[in-house]
Amino acid sequence: MSASGPNGHGPNGHGGPNGHHGFGRVARKEDARFIRGQGNYVDDIKLPGMLYGAILRSPHAHARLLSVDTAAAEAHPQVRAVITGETLAGLNLAWMPTLSNDVQAVLATDKVRYQGQEVAFVVAETHYAARDALELIDVDYEALPPVVDARTALDDGAPLIRDDVEGRTDNRIFDWEAGDAEQTGRVFDDAEVVIAQDMLYPRVHPAPLETCGIVADMDKVTGKLTVHTTTQAPHAHRTVYALVAGLPEHKIRVVSPDIGGGFGNKVGIYPGYVCAIVGSIVTGRPVKWMEDRSENLMTTSFARDYHMRGEIAATRDGRIRGLRVEVLADHGAFNGTAQPTKFPAGFFHVFTGSYDIEAAHCAVTGVYTNKAPGGVAYACSFRITEAAYLVERMIDLLAAELGTDPAELRLRNLLRAEQFPYSSPTGWEYDSGDYPRTLRTAMDIAGYDELRAEQADRRARAADAREDGPLMGIGISFFTEAVGAGPRKHMDILGLGMADGAELRVHPTGKAVLRISVQTQGQGHETTFAQIVAHELGIPVDDVDVVHGDTDQTPFGLGTYGSRSTPVSGAATAVVARKVRERARIVAGAMLEADPEDLEWTPGRWIVRGDPSSGATMQEIAMAAHGSLELPDGVEGHLDATTVYNPPNLTYPFGAYIAVVDVDPGTGKVTVRRFIAVDDCGVRINPMIVEGQVHGGLADGVGMALMQVMAFDEDGNHLGASFMDYLLPTSMECPSWELGETVTPSPHHPLGAKGVGESATVGSPAAIVNAVVDALHPYGVRHADMPLTPANVWRVIQGRPFRTDLAIQ
Amino acid sequence: MNITVTVNGQPCTRDVEPRLLLVHFLRDELDLTGTHWGCDTSNCGACVVWLDDVPVKSCTVLAVMASGREVRTVEGLERDGELDPVQKGFSECHGLQCGFCTPGMMMTSRWLLDRSPDPTEAEIREALSGQICRCTGYENIVRSVRWAAEHPAEKPEEVTP
Repeated sequence: MSASGPNGHGPNGHGGPNGHHGFGRVARKEDARFIRGQGNYVDDIKLPGMLYGAILRSPHAHARLLSVDTAAAEAHPQVRAVITGETLAGLNLAWMPTLSNDVQAVLATDKVRYQGQEVAFVVAETHYAARDALELIDVDYEALPPVVDARTALDDGAPLIRDDVEGRTDNRIFDWEAGDAEQTGRVFDDAEVVIAQDMLYPRVHPAPLETCGIVADMDKVTGKLTVHTTTQAPHAHRTVYALVAGLPEHKIRVVSPDIGGGFGNKVGIYPGYVCAIVGSIVTGRPVKWMEDRSENLMTTSFARDYHMRGEIAATRDGRIRGLRVEVLADHGAFNGTAQPTKFPAGFFHVFTGSYDIEAAHCAVTGVYTNKAPGGVAYACSFRITEAAYLVERMIDLLAAELGTDPAELRLRNLLRAEQFPYSSPTGWEYDSGDYPRTLRTAMDIAGYDELRAEQADRRARAADAREDGPLMGIGISFFTEAVGAGPRKHMDILGLGMADGAELRVHPTGKAVLRISVQTQGQGHETTFAQIVAHELGIPVDDVDVVHGDTDQTPFGLGTYGSRSTPVSGAATAVVARKVRERARIVAGAMLEADPEDLEWTPGRWIVRGDPSSGATMQEIAMAAHGSLELPDGVEGHLDATTVYNPPNLTYPFGAYIAVVDVDPGTGKVTVRRFIAVDDCGVRINPMIVEGQVHGGLADGVGMALMQVMAFDEDGNHLGASFMDYLLPTSMECPSWELGETVTPSPHHPLGAKGVGESATVGSPAAIVNAVVDALHPYGVRHADMPLTPANVWRVIQGRPFRTDLAIQ
Repeated sequence: MNITVTVNGQPCTRDVEPRLLLVHFLRDELDLTGTHWGCDTSNCGACVVWLDDVPVKSCTVLAVMASGREVRTVEGLERDGELDPVQKGFSECHGLQCGFCTPGMMMTSRWLLDRSPDPTEAEIREALSGQICRCTGYENIVRSVRWAAEHPAEKPEEVTP
């Protein structure tokens, strides 16, 4: 079993009592319901009179919509409504805003712009009947040539995708840059060594095991709309629904019940949600809509799809001087990426990573293609996945060119502890770090020198005896993330600033209820946030309940994505608990007839300074605060507080990862033999949960590096529309993870904590790709694009790599 | 069609469409929502239940095929108010995060332990290889099953003949 916590408390879950008073390996409160099959996910919700929705989708990637005949579907005895783009246009709801200030069709009116796009919505008495009725809808399309390859989107004569936007003549969405182009150019001009490499971070999908869905329930009498929905950001969704549908915001309640994984997939608002709401308004009954797996993979937020050209400049002795990147970003048919408005390429411009680099510049061009909208999803920390991958591949390319060990090259260029806080050449201020220590820790766990010796020995034997065994590769990745957005002045979603509220009430008997704005999708908020309150108030974790995921019950905030829950809401929780503790101090002063300034805090008690026998526990104080005790003038009774936390900066977690792989040169199959991950996310509130988060992200890395890709054929047909074609890692592809940690507290977070939820997803793909490329070094391979499937690796070995994002020609 | 399926020891009779999937029968007809639906293609295993003692993916079994047979779901893991060691193990070892794959993972784990009470890590990984977890990277699921192997229930598990 897992190790015990620092106070000797091991996990003791499955509903048992938990007297733990703070940080440590506390078993999760939420497990009690999940291990009994008593979770409450959106699809488990069944309301009286509930109807079921289903969506008719386009088979074409690009086509003009000539007509939609719904007569036969409407005549189906179990159908209660059929909604088309025309219906919605009449309600001014055919288009909705995206999270990037573009618009997206809810149901198509003029054209379809990707395969799987929403065309009509059927509401019926049963799920099966709704599906049957889809077959009865007759749609006439006029097929148009699609733009499938982003690299052709800006060609002269490329089909114009967004002719709905007046005056638009091409498929360019934006051009954006960061860093100093001129200075970077000068560094490159006089550099001793310059290396360039094209690389693709392919389109992938987060594929949470629970697909997206909603139960919309419009109460016509009260005018109140309640939606139970798969959202990582319930408050933001409420505001968007108010803006989209014109409903008064106080008459909208968004409930996010148990969520079966999000990873960014459940940040956006999808057409199906709007259709279900309209369906409920039209029929006067609750309407449930749940995607099937193909709908989830084909139409909801994908991630990445960055075509990058990286250049690195260095001295001959391995001092990195400059980094330059050009990116072509495929955003699909509507610009629906979810990131702060100021940053159309997300936080990609943190691409100098963990290194002391004199000059850097990136230029990003976003284009429309005939593919589903999205781009920022899948635990990417607003595109830091792409950034970390780029810089870590470039470092390995440089190491290969210079003949330097990649660990040595990194140690030579990593930022040093005394350089923090560090201002990066692209405008970031890293809060804290001690990078070389973390890399050395990973190398020690891995036995790096022994691994290199083993590899040299194998290579020598292979060369001498022509042994045909597996090729061994060792890959390193060192990443730095910027997570926990805001501050609000720089970061927003659709104008909503990234700051989050928290409310804490302590009941008369000393039991507490915390209300927060963020929403767990498996991260264990009900436990971690209770631990923060317990830590600050000195009460048992079991005495704290966490309320979240219901906009009528919780304060406003932007939700859980970009690893922001602990950096933002965790900080809000610490702040609000400290406010309560200060109120308790005043109450204790009245109880003890002492000046509150003469009291000191010991865990769980305010005592008269220097006299531990004279004090009051938090439970005694809580009762007194609600009782008849006379309080000083101006002090209200009860024991509660609220706060809104506007983070002063992002937090910058980092880590060193080492992958050891074996590649079968005959088949191209890659086996991940070992994976070592040393994460530094500052202070760990619940190390067990942190490690679990890292484990999951590492599996994502295996998936993206070796298996997952959403490719398209020349007609824009989606080639990864089920789990038979979009391959996810299982227990067989994943090794037993070897974790380590270093702790460098964040100087500005009240608890010294940093975000960690996405670290491993961001950091691990590069380690595996670097390891595979290292294994293929004897073949002269210097780069290969993900995913490194057996077919792809085999082709790379043969010197005939193919485009992984397009069908094999 | 009129079918009777014995679910967690209780005979359940319903009139169903022949095309109704077992997963929907359990969830929609019997309100046993602990069994989840995840993919439609038998890849993810969120819907794993036992059909006469064997784990099956209930998204690719018709309800009528289960008529006259025994089904055990996650709701039937707990016996006489006592959690199955597998349930305890998943909580002890943080073998779940979002909880969506958990019922299916636990049903397969119970089946494995009934046949192989002291499985190796490799055996556990192979037994669970037809199921997907997106959160845990499988590490703690494997540890959870090992924990259950090391903490068997006091009473021997009932095995349906």
